[in-house]
Formats: sequence, structure tokens, C-alpha cells
Amino acid sequence: MRLSLNSRLSTISALLPALLVMLVVYIGATSWTVWMSLTNSRMLPNNNFVGLRQYELLLGNDRWITSVHNIVIYGVLFVSLALLVGFLLAVAIDQRVRAEDTIRSIYLYPYSMSFVVTGLVWQWLLNPTLGIQHVLRSWGFEGATFDWIVRPETAIYCLVIAGVWQASGLVMAIMLAGLRGVDEEIWKAARVDGLPKWRVYVSIIIPMMGASFATAAVLLSTAVVRLYDLSVAMTNGGPGIASEVPAKFVMDHLFERANIGLATAAATTMLITVIAVVAPYLYWRARKGEVR
Amino acid sequence: MQKSNVDIRSLQIGFGGLKVLENLNLHVETSEFLVLLGPSGCGKSTLLNAIAGLIEVRGGEIQIGGRDVTWAEPKDRGIAMVFQSYALYPRMSVRRNMSFGLTVAGTPRDEIERRVGEAAQMLRLTSLLDRRPSELSGGQRQRVAIGRALVRHAGVYLFDEPLSNLDAQLRAELRVEIKRLHARLGATMIYVTHDQIEALTLADRIAVMQGGVIQQLDTPKKIYREPVNRFVASFVGSPAMNFIPGRLARGSEIAFIAGVNRVSLNGYAFRSQPTDAPAVLGIRPEHIELTAANDPSSVSARIEMVEPMGADTLIWCRLADGTAFSFRHDADAQVRVGDTLTVCFPADALSLFDETSGQRL
Repeated sequence: MRLSLNSRLSTISALLPALLVMLVVYIGATSWTVWMSLTNSRMLPNNNFVGLRQYELLLGNDRWITSVHNIVIYGVLFVSLALLVGFLLAVAIDQRVRAEDTIRSIYLYPYSMSFVVTGLVWQWLLNPTLGIQHVLRSWGFEGATFDWIVRPETAIYCLVIAGVWQASGLVMAIMLAGLRGVDEEIWKAARVDGLPKWRVYVSIIIPMMGASFATAAVLLSTAVVRLYDLSVAMTNGGPGIASEVPAKFVMDHLFERANIGLATAAATTMLITVIAVVAPYLYWRARKGEVR
Repeated sequence: MQKSNVDIRSLQIGFGGLKVLENLNLHVETSEFLVLLGPSGCGKSTLLNAIAGLIEVRGGEIQIGGRDVTWAEPKDRGIAMVFQSYALYPRMSVRRNMSFGLTVAGTPRDEIERRVGEAAQMLRLTSLLDRRPSELSGGQRQRVAIGRALVRHAGVYLFDEPLSNLDAQLRAELRVEIKRLHARLGATMIYVTHDQIEALTLADRIAVMQGGVIQQLDTPKKIYREPVNRFVASFVGSPAMNFIPGRLARGSEIAFIAGVNRVSLNGYAFRSQPTDAPAVLGIRPEHIELTAANDPSSVSARIEMVEPMGADTLIWCRLADGTAFSFRHDADAQVRVGDTLTVCFPADALSLFDETSGQRL
């Protein structure tokens, strides 16, 4: 009896720090954020309950609508392109190329850079008067135009380019691990069967790599939700509000524009969106686990 | 497709500075079941992969069905192959595993259906056609892999240690199934294994390999009864052949002398004229016979250990000079550890090897 009490005490004391962090930081801070979104707090938090007033304002806010629009474009393109490019890079490396280790490191380097550095580098590269367009013109291609970053309707695609450049190395590493896990004899069997290489990848290898794709997709999706620094460093949301994203909307209203109520309403909306996407997936996974 | 023979001429294979096979010649008859037998690293799988076209050769020629295929792609060689790890396509149903190669090759659909149905029926897979490989047992998976090879209607079927991943009982079952399949199809089959029981039970001819060289190519019976050297003698057979060192002596009749023991070699088929020289006598445990003590050619030995094996008993003995050997006796033998036995080594069941070269005398 004493022993069991003892062991229970030590279990609780071991779990306590993590439990406290979870209660205070995650659940506490999240609940406070949700509560703030129901008040009319401006620069300092207050407790004047105004119902869903902030959400009405939010949905009427042009900048928020643009942000949501942008994050959808960015999310879809960034995740699918990073998966595609990362997979193709992994396939290329998997062809038993020479100096594989070196190439793998080079591919992975962008990921070791922060989004701020990535953003600055690509800002210069894409800047029409300094970067790629300038180089092409100085080489004699007078008509060369690559000014996406200064045009409002294309600025968000520049974020996609930089994001994909940064993340595809990581995807490559995950995919390469998956490819290396494929039994050598499956390749032999496919050769005896006379299957062309691309057909083996499409019909046999990719279906086998569900876990790798899922891992990569989850990592990329979290990067989409917290997209902030890339937008700040590359375009600062511009030109105008053309490349604003939700996380930046929250930060700006929280600290620069002194509108805590609106900022927390935006943050809560993001949270609800993520839950709406993730919950069915978690439910499906749990069900699948039960069936097994 | 037409059943094919296989002809390999002075084949050379190497990886970097390492020579795996050098100047290897092998001819496999149409409808023959040939087993490549040897320990791991002897080059048997390399040879099979070269026949399949899965590795490049450095020199020599490979002909299948009279056609030079040395540089042909695997799919153009008229071969089909079964792998040790089954190598099934994991996300495809059994049916699709078997039909996928044909589909990609553009075989008409009704023809594919007919072939898959035929192979499934032959391998008792009909009720499993819509399952995934992960829902099958090891034995069933390997049957699917065999089915995938069969639908190719190949001229030569290649098996790369197909039973090594299975447990003992399944292995015995599937072995019989493969043998039955060969009898039914009459197809040319080349089968790689390190298991000498598989080799002895399945093969029309066995090629025993070591160090990239075929040591002996013969019928299972010949390989078992008349091994050409000590390696073949010790590799084939379980329990293993006994080796007793000694020397040959020519007197009134030729005999083998080991310490105080003298074994008459009257009736042994020498390959060449014997000389007085050190030699090694090899005899299989089941060929040693109990005999009366007054037999002039008898050898007396002390029993050290008794291993009952069900059908019979393996008795471990030691000669006066310390050489140990084992012999098989029926299961109800009344023997006790410590007893002394007298046994004789019948000359027509012996194998004699040169002491230095290990070659059969």
C-alpha cells in the first residue's frame, strides 16, 4: 500500500511540470485569447463583453479577407509543389548518383536557414532592378520581365517560390528515407515484369510511401498556418496588402495597431479553421486504429 | 512461350576489383530442373541474376533458347523470376500483382484473365485473388510470387532462394508444390538454394558451387554418393559425412590405414592408380555397419553420445586414436554411452580424398 502510494506520488511529480505547462500555456492562453476576442479590448485587455462584434468587424475587413484568400493559395501551392519537388529530388538522388552525400547536404541547406534570411535572399533575387530580371536584361534579353514581386496580383506566388525552395530539401530527406526502405527485390521483380521506371514509381513505389507523404504533408501544413516571417521579410505584406497572411494580421493588430479584440478574433478564427480540418482526420485515424 | 534451354559460356562477373565468377560454363537442358547449391557468397545468386539480366556481365555469353541474350533486358529474355522476399507489389491485390506486368505489356484482357485464372487454380489462390499481400501468410505470398512468374509463360523460370523466409513446415509443403509444378509444366527451372535437402529433393541435376566455381554438376544421387572433392562431400548430406585422416597402403590388397585400424579398399572404384600417400576417408553415417568383433576389417570404437532422431538414432563414437565419427542406427538400438562397438566401413560406400588437394581418389 505504501509502495503504491509512493510510486503514484513519483508518477504525479514527474508529470507535473508538463501538466502545468499544458494547463497554463496551451489551454490557459488559448482560453484567454478566445475570451479576449469577445471583448472590445483595444491597446490593453479589458473585460467588456461585446459578443461576436469583433468577428463581424473581422469578416468585413478587407485586409483579413485578402489574408485568408492568400493563405489558401499559398497553402495549396506550397504543400503540393514542395511535395512534388521534394519527391522528384529524392528520386533523382536515388538513381545511385555519385557524390550523393554532398548533393543531399546542398539540397538540405535551405532548410537550415531561417524564413527571414530566405525571405531577404529571395526579395533580392526577385527584385526587378537588382535580381533575375536585371541579370537577364544585362545579358541582352532586353524584353525579359520577371516582376511578380512588385505586382499585387502575383506577389503571393513569390512567397510560394521562396517557401518551396526552403522546404523541398526537407521533403527530399523524408522521401529519400522512404525510397531507401523499398525492397531491392521489388525493383528486380519490376524489371523482370518489364515495367518502365516511371510506371514503377507511379503504380508501385508511391502507393507504398503513404507514411512518408503523410509525414511531409503534416510538417508542411504547420508551416503554412504559422506563415509570418517570410511575408514580413520578403514583401512586408505588400505591395499594399497584396501578400498579407493571417498570422501577420494577428501580430500587426496585436502590437502595432493596438486592437487586441480584433487580433484575438482573427487568432480564434485560425484556431477554429485548423480544428475543423484536423478533427475529422484525427477521428478517422482513431476509428482506423480501432478497426485494426 | 516455347520452353528454352540455357547455355552459359565462359561467363565473367565482377564488382570493382572483386571477381565473383570467372570463366563459368553451364548448360541447362530444356525442361530440366537445375539447382545451384552452395554456401552464401559462393556466387550462385550472382549467376542467377546474370541469367535474369539483373546484373551486368564482364565477359562471356548467355544464350536462352538458342538466342544470345547477354545484353538483352530482363523482360526480353523469356524468363520469369521468384524472389526470396517474395517482392510482391504491396498495395496491389493478388490478381493485380499477377496481371500488372501483362497489362503494361499490352496483353489482351481476356488472355490476361485466362492466364491469371489458370495460375491461380494451379496454385490454389483462386479464393485469395482480391486480397492484399499484407493479408496473406508467408506461404501464400510466395505462391502469389510463383503465380506472377507463371503468368509470364516464360521459357525459363528462375528461383532465388524462394523458401528461405518460410518456417520449416511450410518450406517442406511448398517444396513439394514446386516439384509438382515442374512435373506438370515440364518447364525449365533454375533454382538457387543453400539448403542441400531442397537441392536433393527437387533437382534433376545439382551444380554445387564454391568460390565462384562449379565444383560438381551431376544428378543428386551422384553428388551424394560420389562427391568429387571434400567440399562437396561435407556440404551435401545431413548429418554430415565423417572424415577420417590416414594413408593408403598397397600390400597384397590396397587398404586405408588410420592408426591401428585397417580398412580394406577391395571394391572401391579408384579414379586413378592409387599410390602410398596420406589420404582422408569419407563415409556417410548411414553407410557404417555394425559387425562382429572377429571381422578382420572391423574397427572398434567407444560410444560418446547418442542422439535419438525419431526414425533412427545417431551414435557418436570415437576411435582409439581420437578421431570422432557418427553413424546411423535404427531407433530401437540398445546402445549406451561408454559401450564399445565394432563397425565396418563397406568399401563400395566410401569416398577417398587426397589429403592436400581434397580431390576424390
